[in-house]
Amino acid sequence: MEQNQNEILLQVTGLKQYFKVSGKNWLKAVDGVTFSIRKGETYGLVGESGSGKTTIGRSLIRIYDPTEGTVWFNRREISGKLNGAERKQLTREMQMIFQDPQASLNPHKKVIDIIGQGLDNHHLYKNKEERKEKILAIMKRVGLDAEQAYRYPHQFSGGQRQRIGIARAFIIHPQLVIADEAISALDVSVQAQVVNLMKDLQEELGTTYLFIAHDLAMVKYISDHIGVLHLGHLVETGTRDEIFDHPIHPYTKSLLSAIPVTDPDIERNRVAIPYDYVTSGIDYSKGTYHLSSGEHYVLATDEEFHRWEA
Amino acid sequence: MNREPILTVKNLKISFHTKAGMLQAIRGIDFDLERGKTLAIVGESGSGKSVTVRAIMGIRSKNEDAGGSILYRCRQDDGSVKEYDIIEMKKKDVISQLCGKHIAMVFQDPMTTLDPTMTIGKQVMEGMRLHLHITKDEAWKRAVALLDEVGITSPETRMKQYPHQLSGGMRQRVVIAIALSCEPDILICDEPTTALDVTIQAKILELIARIQREREISVIYITHDLGVVAKVADSVAVMYAGHIVEQGTAREIFYEPRHPYTWGLLDSVPDISKDTERLYSIPGNPPNLLSQVKGDAFAPRNQYALAIDYEEEPPRFQISDTHYVYSWLEDPRAPKISRAAGK
Repeated sequence: MEQNQNEILLQVTGLKQYFKVSGKNWLKAVDGVTFSIRKGETYGLVGESGSGKTTIGRSLIRIYDPTEGTVWFNRREISGKLNGAERKQLTREMQMIFQDPQASLNPHKKVIDIIGQGLDNHHLYKNKEERKEKILAIMKRVGLDAEQAYRYPHQFSGGQRQRIGIARAFIIHPQLVIADEAISALDVSVQAQVVNLMKDLQEELGTTYLFIAHDLAMVKYISDHIGVLHLGHLVETGTRDEIFDHPIHPYTKSLLSAIPVTDPDIERNRVAIPYDYVTSGIDYSKGTYHLSSGEHYVLATDEEFHRWEA
Repeated sequence: MNREPILTVKNLKISFHTKAGMLQAIRGIDFDLERGKTLAIVGESGSGKSVTVRAIMGIRSKNEDAGGSILYRCRQDDGSVKEYDIIEMKKKDVISQLCGKHIAMVFQDPMTTLDPTMTIGKQVMEGMRLHLHITKDEAWKRAVALLDEVGITSPETRMKQYPHQLSGGMRQRVVIAIALSCEPDILICDEPTTALDVTIQAKILELIARIQREREISVIYITHDLGVVAKVADSVAVMYAGHIVEQGTAREIFYEPRHPYTWGLLDSVPDISKDTERLYSIPGNPPNLLSQVKGDAFAPRNQYALAIDYEEEPPRFQISDTHYVYSWLEDPRAPKISRAAGK
């Protein structure tokens, strides 16, 4: 197999994820989303709460079964029916890091067993010594001390707990890591430590990231490509520079204008561009993806696209 | 302009008796909050931000020792000023006389602040009925007006709804309405927008700023979001390991920071206007406050630390009327250091 740097690892096409609310009422959490992620790159998915960004992550890793659409991962379709072995294979290649490390780590288990879970599930060691060796190696890599291996999650600080979460995800060398608001709950100084760690691991191991977050400054810092999600629709996607330097969709423009900056003079005079879907006259379901340049796509009708691009 | 502090914190020290020993959460801090102004307290978790505001709210636990004073000056109806020392007061007196009525708080997570089994209306009216001794009809009218003021549409319908029927931004507006219901002088906001999205965050901050102007209240923000601080704060106190290591106006802290910890904090935030290759992260972890801290608590993480930083606590250096810093780098004998840009 050729190792092309630009090879696409994940291709999501027309993904829909509906949930039945009651009777004939369906909640359309994700409504026709298309994007792709290249090997070794970071795709940042941004949007407000309720936009469907977490749902997308969960549909990909098959916590939910997609309502419609296809997902190709590693040249296999993973959106259809999967049997037990296929599901297992999926969790071998795709891992998740969660927002709240406190809630996502089993409080009754020692750190060594939490991190070793992936090894246990996939029988990735010959004997106990090898298991321990592998766990201690990854702990060291993410900046945890070997002597902490027999402690429980509550004995760690928030930043250290997130390191445990990262070690747990990385120990089986997954190809894709979905980081769902992985740093949102951490202090700024710790956020920087954790993001830098994630960047280093990516450089070393060539891991691909789907980075789900609402902090746009951080998304800009870590992502190669960015997708902007609103009300279950991906309204705009492109490279980091395409999105930040030439936003086209009014929602993206509004979102970018609201990013807080650490400069009092700018911050005090900044006026965020308002955006209200209900009164905007835009109907996401009528839009199709229009190519603006390079890899920059906008969800719009023909008329809207020409108006916004002008 | 004459400065009129509504709240003065003097040499506040708070420690907790724990199984593992004495934990010195606050190791002597001083600050003023001026009437109508906004003070932001920034720092990492464990730096003592929350313990400080808990003390202002008179929230105390049994295993706690508090020293120093927190003076609250309350304008009486006849124009005179009455002074309370919150540290000296009994807990139940603080709660019955000050909390809610004069000093109110907005918490981070509106879902845990609001009672899920009570209607919005009942929760907004609760404080008014308790503190203002008004009739139910009067309270209802005021609550509707208040919800309208914080930007909730069709307030009468909302009054009868439950928290889960509202979005996150709406819930936080309700929490703000509750905090304002008894017309406090001081509003304490503990990470009020961390759980919200940027667009909603901006709206909530603007709402608080508008109400602050209209009602002339003083606001204390506790946050680690420096973007929020830049937007709202008149003055900023940077806390580290139970100390205020630097305080100044927002412009002084953002444009002329003096403490290496403040530098580190500012550098750990990605700058949207630049392409940052690598974010600066402050190395190491905050000290364990169970043991005595010798010298400057930040020294082990400080790339500019001097030998004396490990021996003796730095004194206070006054940079301007409004700006001070605790750092040996300001000593005339210290080598001249300039802040490394970004890293």
